[in-house]
Amino acid sequence: MSLDLLPPSAPPSASASAPLNAPPALTVEHLQVRFGRTVAIEDLSFTVERGSAVAVIGPNGAGKTALFRALIGAVPYAGRVQWDEGTRLGYVPQKLDIDRDLPITAAELLAAKRRVSGAPPADVQHAFAHVGLAPEVASKQIGSLSGGQFQRLLVAFAMIGQPNVLLFDEPTANVDEAGQETLNETIHAIQREHGLTVMLISHDLSAVFQHATKVLCLGRGLACYGPPDEMLTHENLSELYGSPLKYHHHEP
Amino acid sequence: MNLDLASLAVALSMAVAAGLVGCFAVMRRMTLAADALSHVALPGIGLALLLNVDPLLGAVAMLLVGALLIWGVERRTRLSVETVVGVTFAAALAAGSLVTPGEELIDALFGGAKPPAPAEAFAGVAVALGVIGFVVFARDRLVVALVSPDIARTTGIPVEKLELAFLVAFSLTVALGLHYLGVLLMGSLIIIPAAIAKRLAHSLRGMFTVSVGVAVLTMLAGALIVSLSAARGWLGASAAHPWPTGPVVVLIAASVFFASLGWRRA
Repeated sequence: MSLDLLPPSAPPSASASAPLNAPPALTVEHLQVRFGRTVAIEDLSFTVERGSAVAVIGPNGAGKTALFRALIGAVPYAGRVQWDEGTRLGYVPQKLDIDRDLPITAAELLAAKRRVSGAPPADVQHAFAHVGLAPEVASKQIGSLSGGQFQRLLVAFAMIGQPNVLLFDEPTANVDEAGQETLNETIHAIQREHGLTVMLISHDLSAVFQHATKVLCLGRGLACYGPPDEMLTHENLSELYGSPLKYHHHEP
Repeated sequence: MNLDLASLAVALSMAVAAGLVGCFAVMRRMTLAADALSHVALPGIGLALLLNVDPLLGAVAMLLVGALLIWGVERRTRLSVETVVGVTFAAALAAGSLVTPGEELIDALFGGAKPPAPAEAFAGVAVALGVIGFVVFARDRLVVALVSPDIARTTGIPVEKLELAFLVAFSLTVALGLHYLGVLLMGSLIIIPAAIAKRLAHSLRGMFTVSVGVAVLTMLAGALIVSLSAARGWLGASAAHPWPTGPVVVLIAASVFFASLGWRRA
């Protein structure tokens, strides 16, 4: 895979909320990530405009999480990853490996990040309210929360410190179906309200179609980048996932 | 350990430091590494005695090397840390018992009964206060990094440096206790109170309180029992040959741990 993914002409619709000629939120050039001899990502280039919602799709093992971990500087990489000046990242990882009996309450977790990022105390309550967590969840131990509650807590955790870019690694993976839809709505509402740039790894193609302004597909030697209605074609998806794929596409 | 003021100050500040450092060691699931790391002090003590240097300096030097080793291995791969740590530090214990002179070996392993010299006591309290200050100051960063190193990175926390700082604080805490508890048992004073606290507490604040409380109380109870044993001549103990403090303190802590297993969380 050595395609240049910079779009031939940046569609203005994707960056409607960004001022004209604003620098992109993120520029990635010739990114390569290796784990030992395994190449997770090879020569990947794309730009993310401010205020856009980029969905990263692809089969398992395509390097989606590796891409995110390179973007936050958690794994070594070759190539260039350039975040716009003044970028404040919020990151929601796929899953956390924590003990169920860890004696840390939801409120203590958020308060710790609030103090680290120097945010005002009111941020903790705002974050709780934003993600729709009931106030009584604050005093519960984080290991005792349900999958949906925990995922919402992680979104709230990411929101502390007023980030302008949010990265979500499969935020709805451990959430039941009813919860997935409300969580997607929550993420989208947060993005709209704060004019954030969002990048989101997802297997939920209907949600991608509904909420994303750009789609980045990775995997099986294929890479594509563009608006969802151009990228989520049956040909692309079959090639990407290796088999014909069905998804519900809600016409607006 | 005589119950003089200097000893008491060192013992109490050490217990507070151990209780605090232990909380993060237990939450980070480094129980084995913690125990093994304390063994690495032994070859340091042995070499220092051979070279006619203060044994504590040798111990601190080796502990810092051990901390660097754990840190280096942890950065490379998460999977094999326990194995590498287990093997390396068992080797350290073996090498240490070879180079440590016979009569010093028992004291190094299980702690001695001699009170510290004033300079030692002063240094001990200062180091303990440094460790306590570090944990209190870095507490929020440690919590975020514990829950997710990746989230910590996006928050601007230098995760690797923080881990190294924590391991150094941990090693210094081990060094603090060597005099009383010895190489084999100091790891337990760090781990056991925190393990009890993790079972009983619902919150971080609760865990810190229980862990520090248990560490301090077991130190005090241990010192009391040791001086009682000498005064009453229990099991052949005398003022000249009192029970070593280390085993007594650890047995008390372990008893509290087993008692806490039956304690249901409210």
